[in-house]
Formats: sequence, C-alpha cells, structure tokens
Amino acid sequence: MSQTKPLNVEYNYSVVRLFAITTVLWGIVGMVVGVLLAAQLYWPALNFDTPWLTYSRLRPLHTNAVIFAFGTSALFATCYYVVQRTCQVRLFAEKLAMFTFWGWQAVIVAAAITLPMGISQSKEYAELEWPIDILITVVWVSFAIVFFGTLAKRKTSHIYVANWFYGGFIITVAALHIVNSMVIPLNLVKSYSIYAGAVDAMVQWWYGHNAVGFLLTAGFLGMMYYFVPKQSGRPVYSYRLSIVHFWALIALYIWAGPHHLHYTALPDWTQSLGMVMSVILFVPSWGGMINGIMTLSGAWHKLKTDPILRFLIVSLSFYGMSTFEGPMMAIKSVNALSHYTDWTIGHVHSGALGWVAMISIGAMYHLIPTVFNKAGMYSVKLVNTHFWLHTIGVVLYIVAMWISGIMQGMMWRAVNTDGTLTYSFVQSLEASMPFYLMRFIGGVFVVTGMLIMAYNVYKTVSSKHPAAQPAVATA
Amino acid sequence: MSSFWSLWIWVLTIPVLVLCLVLIMWNLKNYVGVPEDETTDHEVDGLKEFNNPLPKWWTYMFLATLVWSVFYLAAYPGLGNYKGFLGWTSSNQGIKSLEESRQAVLQAQAEGRNVQLDMEVAKADEVYGPVFQQFAQRDVLDLAYDPEALKIGQRLFLQNCALCHGSDGRGQRGFPNLTDNDWLYGGTADKIKETLLHGRKAAMPGWEAALGDQGIKEMTAYVLQLSGRAVNEKDAEAGKAKFGMCAACHGVDGRGSVAHNLPFGAPNLTDNIWLYGGSSATIEETLRLGRYGVMPAFKTTLGEDKVHILTAYVYRLSNPEDLR
Repeated sequence: MSQTKPLNVEYNYSVVRLFAITTVLWGIVGMVVGVLLAAQLYWPALNFDTPWLTYSRLRPLHTNAVIFAFGTSALFATCYYVVQRTCQVRLFAEKLAMFTFWGWQAVIVAAAITLPMGISQSKEYAELEWPIDILITVVWVSFAIVFFGTLAKRKTSHIYVANWFYGGFIITVAALHIVNSMVIPLNLVKSYSIYAGAVDAMVQWWYGHNAVGFLLTAGFLGMMYYFVPKQSGRPVYSYRLSIVHFWALIALYIWAGPHHLHYTALPDWTQSLGMVMSVILFVPSWGGMINGIMTLSGAWHKLKTDPILRFLIVSLSFYGMSTFEGPMMAIKSVNALSHYTDWTIGHVHSGALGWVAMISIGAMYHLIPTVFNKAGMYSVKLVNTHFWLHTIGVVLYIVAMWISGIMQGMMWRAVNTDGTLTYSFVQSLEASMPFYLMRFIGGVFVVTGMLIMAYNVYKTVSSKHPAAQPAVATA
Repeated sequence: MSSFWSLWIWVLTIPVLVLCLVLIMWNLKNYVGVPEDETTDHEVDGLKEFNNPLPKWWTYMFLATLVWSVFYLAAYPGLGNYKGFLGWTSSNQGIKSLEESRQAVLQAQAEGRNVQLDMEVAKADEVYGPVFQQFAQRDVLDLAYDPEALKIGQRLFLQNCALCHGSDGRGQRGFPNLTDNDWLYGGTADKIKETLLHGRKAAMPGWEAALGDQGIKEMTAYVLQLSGRAVNEKDAEAGKAKFGMCAACHGVDGRGSVAHNLPFGAPNLTDNIWLYGGSSATIEETLRLGRYGVMPAFKTTLGEDKVHILTAYVYRLSNPEDLR
C-alpha cells in the first residue's frame, strides 16, 4: 500500500464542488424539460400556443441541458477529482479551472436563452450559434490545459486508465466541435455551415455519433474506471483488457457516424464502412463493460448493502445493453426497420438514462461527501429509493419505446396484397399513444428520483458533521 | 471519386482493422511482468489492477467480427472506388431525369449489376402490376362502385392526397373539398383523371394596385353579394361596375370557369363555397394579394394504372349513388 498512505497533498476540491452541485441542478432542469416534452407528445395542448414552449424549441433545450449541462458538468467534476487523486497533485492552473466552471455555466445559460427563442444552427446536438460555439471552444481548450497540465506534473510514474479515457474524450470533443461548427456568420444570431448537402450531413453525424462515442462514452468510461473499483474496493479486473478496449474503442468509434445516414443520399461506400466499423465496435464496447462488472467479482455481496455501487453496476448493464443494441441497429437491414422510429429514442435513453445518468449519479453520491468533507451521504436509504425510482423509470421508458418503435417500423412497411401501404402515418401515431403515456410516467419516476437526490445532497452538504478524518485519506 | 481519395480511404481503413488485430495478439501474451492472477505494480489512490488475461469468448468474438469485416468489405462497396465482388449498389447515382433513370436501369441489367432499388421496383411491378392492370382496363364509373377498387383507391388517397385534402377528402383552407360536387376544373371522370395525371396550377392576380383601397372594398362587397350575403348596396353596386376585369376568368355572372367551359380553375363566386375562406377580411386579402394554387402531377410518381383507380375513388367521393 505504498502510495495509498495520506500524502501531503491538499487537493483542489472547490471547482469539483461547484461542478458536482450543478450536475444535480442541471440534471433536474434537463430532465424536467424532457418530461414536459414527453407530456406534450401525449397532450399536445401543453405547448399553450406559446412559441418558446413548442416541442421544436424545447427539444434541443432538453438535449443540450442533459448532455452539456448535466452530463458534462458530471464529467468536469469527476475529471478534476480523479486526475488530482490519481496523479497525486493539485490541479494545474487552478484559476483556469475556475474559469472553465464559470465559462461553462455561461454557455449553459446562453443555450437556455437562445434555444427557446428559436436561435439554432439546426444541427442536432450542435444547435448553439457561433458566438456560443466560440465560448465553448475557449472553455474546452482551457479544460484541456488544466487536465493535461495536471497529468504532466503528476507524482506517479504510470498514467491511470481513467485518465486515458478522460484525455481521449477531451482531445476528440475539441476536434469534433471545431470541425462541425465551421460556419459563415451572417449576424450575431444566424450563420450558415461551410459544408453543403451530403457532406454537411456526414460532418454533422461524424460529430453527432462521436459526441455519443467520446463525450457520452469515453468520458464516462473514465468515470467508471475510477468509481467502480473505488466504491467496491476491488482491483480493476484486467489491465490488458483495458489496453485493448481503450485503443480499439478510440480507433473504431470515429468511423461510426454514417450509420445515422443509412438509406440516404450518402454514398454506398460510406454507409458500408460506417456499418462495418459500428459492428466491430460492439466488441471493444463490451470490453469496458466486462472490465467494470468483473471488477466486482469476489465482492458481489456488496451490491446488497451499497446502493451507490448498485447505481454504478446497473449503469454498466445498461451500457452493455445499449452497446449491443447500437451495433445491431447500425446493420443496414435492421436499420431499415428501426430508422426514424421511437426505437432510436429508446436506444438513446437506455444509453443516456441507463448508462450516463446512473454512472454520474453513482459517482456524485461517492464524491460529494468527500469533497464537502462529510462522513457520508445524509441518507443511504434515500440513495436506495433514488436507485429504484430511476431504474423503474428507465425500464418503463425504454420498454415503451421498444414496443412503439418496432410497432411503427412494422406498420410503416406493411403492405396489402396490392402493394399499397396498409397504414397511413397517422394510424401509426395513434397506435403509439399509449406508449407515449408510459414513457411520460417513466420520466416522472426519473425526475422524482432526481428531486430526492437534490434533497439528500442538500442535507449532506449542510450537515454539521464533518468527516472523521481528512478527505485525502478516505479510501 | 479520384484515385487519390480512393487510396486515402484504403490507407485509413485497413490500418484500423490491422491495429485491432495487433492489439489482440499483443495482449494475449503476458508482458506485464507479474503472474496472471496478481495485480500490476502500479497502484495509486488505493486503486489496483489485476493482470487477468483477455476473456476467451470475448477475444474470439473480436476476431470473428474482424474476419466478417474483411468479407463484407470484399463483397460490398466500401473501400473507395472498389465496387465489391457482388456488384451491389443501392441505386443508380447521378440521375438527372426520368429518361436517364430508365436508361440506367437497362444498363445495369445489361451489365448484370445488382441495383437494390431497381430489383425491388421490378419485383413490386411483377407482383403488384397485374393487380392494377386488371382494374385499369375497367371503366372509372364501374370501379367507383366496386368495393375492391375503392379499398385500393382509399389507400392510395390516404397516402398521397390526404396530406392536403384531408383523410375524408373534405379539404382545408386553400385545398378544395372533394366531396361537395363543386369543381374547379370539372368533376367528370375524364377531368378528374386529367387533374390527377398532369396536376393543376391556378393563379388569381392581386388587384391592390389596380383597384386601390376603395375599389377593393367595393369589389369585396359585390363578391359577397354574389353569394347572397347582406352588404352595403352602394359599395356592391360600384364593385359590380368594375367586375368586368374578373369576368374573364370567373364569367360575367361570377359562376366560375367550369360553368363557362373555361380551363382556368376560377371558382364559382355565387355558391358561398370558399377555397380560402369567405369572411370579408379574407376576400379582401384574396383581392388585394391574389392567390396561387398548385396541385402536383401524379403521372410519373404513381403511374397511370394507379391514377385510374384513384380517379374512381375521388369521383365516388362526390357521387355516392350509382346513377347509371
């Protein structure tokens, strides 16, 4: 245990604390907007005939809020926490780190104002207009400087696996964001992409799928590689497996974008390559899941008593499930059924609510007591309640979308003996309505869980019982 | 694609696949320096890593997907300009006209290439063509009262027409009601078929500049009066005096172009049926700014056989009883 003895390092937790709190806050905001949208699909009158409350404007607000406000805040918080602890040094350029917090909050607020106003680049997950894009770039480069600077001054010889993933995610997201956001500005709130036609579509989905691959996967795998072994107190299952799946994941993900554009004007060769790489990608993705879940071997009993560990491990099950589902949906003949249906929405949410949200929530429950110097969460019981509410909510959501998605696909392709389509579009919509209600109920479960988390975090942070020992020594 | 870019794709693709293979082979060996059931020597913040071997089933699965990828890229277009040994493409590309499209289909057939779209269209024609041909040989008026033909007609209508005319055919603002026997171009089977095959374009000019505010007000009054609505008599009288400019299309009596055997699609103004709305404000807007209506042509998209059945369905909408 040579390196686990308390070192004389005072880690910088102030920026971690801020990002941890905003993770919970923005999580609630983003998910509440999501539930409102789910309700609008069932009760369309809920837009109250108000332009900024319409589905078309709130939908990008929802996706931006959950991905870039909630998810990315969790990434910032855990990244700054993990890189310090695994390099055993304080953050490099601490003022710059604090700038990344306020800069990122400015991006989020700007998004929350402009998107409901209808100001949008009309690129999915890259809706924000060019002045905000520039701010994102500045914040992101600062993030990279802080992270790699900290890595460079580390006191350990080896770079811990979590940092490979954080590093890969930071570099790639910078490249994706800059390339896809290349526009010619018309004025402050309107610009045109420098790419045209199918090239524009391809660049957008090269960005779009790798926002999933590097932000929502690689970044959160970094989180997983710290918090799963830490919370379970077990060594990571296989060092060599982590090497293979890291490099294979990085090399393959970047190719997968074209599967979003199957059966479009994209050339055949691009579609084929996208599909081939997506299918191979299934295996390295599962490498991460195996390495996480098998880390628990010898400590399975801890799942009975530790709801935080349950969050982390169930998130890996959802990760495994959606990284199996994704490559299957990337196969052209499966995609012919699934494309444009709710199945895609279900798939995204099994990744977003199952994998991303659950690993983030688990990580927050782990690190919040530490960074606020408390003995533990205020109530483990409430963590457990949150776990069950969240799990039931996610299952309701994805089962509803599986059924309605596959049903839509089947209805759209059904033909009569004369070759005419059996159903009109509106009939498939009518048939989907019960499942939209079910999805809404699932969403309510998830949001209720988040509100319980907020209460639990508030009680923890404001409690007057400090941790018995200095935070750096907690194992 | 130029051969440079084609080569570029090879140069990027193949090394990625090779990298995956090399990664697996390299990590099958234990090079870490500790036995396989122990942890590695780097440990930080209480975190350790076992030096477990790669799971066997996982390794085989990885190798299997790599082998499959080589076969797939050999069979299908993927590596730049290389076409794949199956000669498969999703569709003919670079087509600019229907004529070019037809030629491309024949050329692909002659060269024995497998064009997915062509194959599917040929299959559909083979299976479903006879169904439509059978109906196409019968008279429209006959089909209009044939339950089988009507069923097909309704499906075609729901998928191609309902977007504008509504699923019950009763239309909406700017799109005519097809059930009220008030026709813009004529409601005989022949006329309906002509409309469906070739589409229609209707233009009503705007009169703001020619009539001025007062003139528009007067003409609005007269047009309303034509449909029997109570209006300011003096205004209507003044409007009537200027109606000559409207009569060219709507007829001297305002009964529309069909009543006068004219091909303009100018609505009957005397029946209180309004294409864009019959409020005085809407009529004023129509008069000021004009209207432009488009009905698309379905000859090339649906083909004549389907249009024939669709004609019967549309005819039936306003002729529920068989009067033959």
